[in-house]
Amino acid sequence: MTAPALATRGLAKRFGSLVVAEDIAIELPAGVRYALIGPNGAGKTTLINLMTGMLRPDAGAIFLGEGEITALPPDERVRRGLVRTYQINSLFPHLTVLESVTLVVCERRRVAQTWWRQLAAYSHEIDEAYEILAALTLGPACHRVTRELPYGQQRLLEIALALATRPKVLLLDEPAAGVPREESKDLFAAIAGLSRDITVLFIEHDMDLVFRFASRVIVMVGGRVLVEGTPAEIASDPRVRAVYLGKGHRDGALQRSLSGLAP
Amino acid sequence: MALTESFDAPKLYFSSRTRWQPVEIVFWLATLLPFALFPDYLILASQIAITALFALSLDLILGYAGIVSLGHAAFFGVGAYAAGLLSKYGWGEPITGLVVAATAAGIVGYATSFVICRFRHLALIMLTLGFGLMLEELANSAGWLTGGFDGLQGIHTWKLLGYFEFDLYGYVAYAYSLVVLFVLFVFARRLIHSPFGLSLRGIRENYVRMPAIGAPSRAHIRTIYTISAAMAGIAGALLAQTTETLSLDSLGFERSAELLVILVLGGAGRLYGGLVGAMIYMIARDRFSGIEPQYWYFWIGVLLVTVVMVLPNGILGGLAKLSARWSRP
Repeated sequence: MTAPALATRGLAKRFGSLVVAEDIAIELPAGVRYALIGPNGAGKTTLINLMTGMLRPDAGAIFLGEGEITALPPDERVRRGLVRTYQINSLFPHLTVLESVTLVVCERRRVAQTWWRQLAAYSHEIDEAYEILAALTLGPACHRVTRELPYGQQRLLEIALALATRPKVLLLDEPAAGVPREESKDLFAAIAGLSRDITVLFIEHDMDLVFRFASRVIVMVGGRVLVEGTPAEIASDPRVRAVYLGKGHRDGALQRSLSGLAP
Repeated sequence: MALTESFDAPKLYFSSRTRWQPVEIVFWLATLLPFALFPDYLILASQIAITALFALSLDLILGYAGIVSLGHAAFFGVGAYAAGLLSKYGWGEPITGLVVAATAAGIVGYATSFVICRFRHLALIMLTLGFGLMLEELANSAGWLTGGFDGLQGIHTWKLLGYFEFDLYGYVAYAYSLVVLFVLFVFARRLIHSPFGLSLRGIRENYVRMPAIGAPSRAHIRTIYTISAAMAGIAGALLAQTTETLSLDSLGFERSAELLVILVLGGAGRLYGGLVGAMIYMIARDRFSGIEPQYWYFWIGVLLVTVVMVLPNGILGGLAKLSARWSRP
């Protein structure tokens, strides 16, 4: 049996008396599209921060493929194939779109330490960066300065930067946050079109998108994994319904989706 | 047709950025003018070239990697004293003096870079300031070596390339400083247009994102900090060799602060900013101190406040904006 692409065991983190992650054990088989859902403050982004090394866990272990990565610094995890995007755009405002992605490709190919050759000589890297952009419909915008891009294209660039690292596992923190509904469908279509070699976990609040694009769903509540299963199982799970129904109107979208999907 | 266009255009963008612009060629030709037009000011011109090189070294870390420093004179001073001491103790050959100075300053830069690379922003200002003050007092207390408060006596620079004697008018001094400045400028220009230069700009633009794309930011910062320190050391050595005198203010806090003023004045992150800033600042200082020997810093203050308020990206930033508006129909 092959090892899961990404796994955690007994992962825990607290800030003072506030428990943000407790005994989190998940396994993501290679190639699966996972959605991570849960009410605000459930610890979804914290989990991404723990897995990518932006936060140190108090206890537990993280595995990428066969190897343990719990103690590795964030940039080393990225080089091994565990990559994330951000809920709030974290781009390079004054670089052009192409420069930004070329930067990532050069770092991955380990040529970023060379200062005696001009960038223009790295045509492989530049071509690869351009192809990634073209695949995400950003080709025509490649010479624009990042800060001048429309918001929707900035969200795409956020994903392009992650893809340029050639991830094995991609963690997307609300990739469509702030994007109008019609555009967010296109964005998820781009995500759905990613190579099946990439394992994807995404945080998303729009349940229509979750049920359309995820093959499995993890529900988190209060820093713990409540339940994990197929979208249909999640929709009919009484515990999930209790969590969301108990919260009243704020997660009305989920309520509607759940009642629509339940048998 | 459309296919070749879309595949070539990305590369063309990078090569067009690397190409020398006509205005750059004009700029460097203009640096030769003092020989013909202002032969009485060659000493000043030489000092401007040295300060420009010093500012260029700061631009590499501040303008490109976003590392603020209020202690960059430390490396200038280390280079100056390395070259000065070498000369005092019997080896006055200028080119090897530069190499020794660059090595000494580079070693100090490399050693401190391990601390520097862990901090950002205000903490960096305090750290670089602290390192600068420590070095200044060390040099002051080691009077047996540095001459302390009285300065280092007995520097004698040999003929350049064994042929050109350093003259009183500064012909050789200016030519020497200008050539060294130009060579290191070409080096810096190559560096910022390399993959490494792109990574530095990434660090400046978004330090937090860099690890998330797999970039070893700290290693990058250590490299550029060492290069910048070595370059500042060469500038210091040039000053010691061309003036044959050396005092503690070559590594003092005031020189660090002045350098920051020069770079902000000219415009950081543009390579030429430090050069233009050095020119304007040094000439202004020369004029103002002639008119008002006691209060000339007042006018420097006025200049600084005006530039920061009217041109937040420095003089070159303002010019770039102007030319962009001009070229648009």
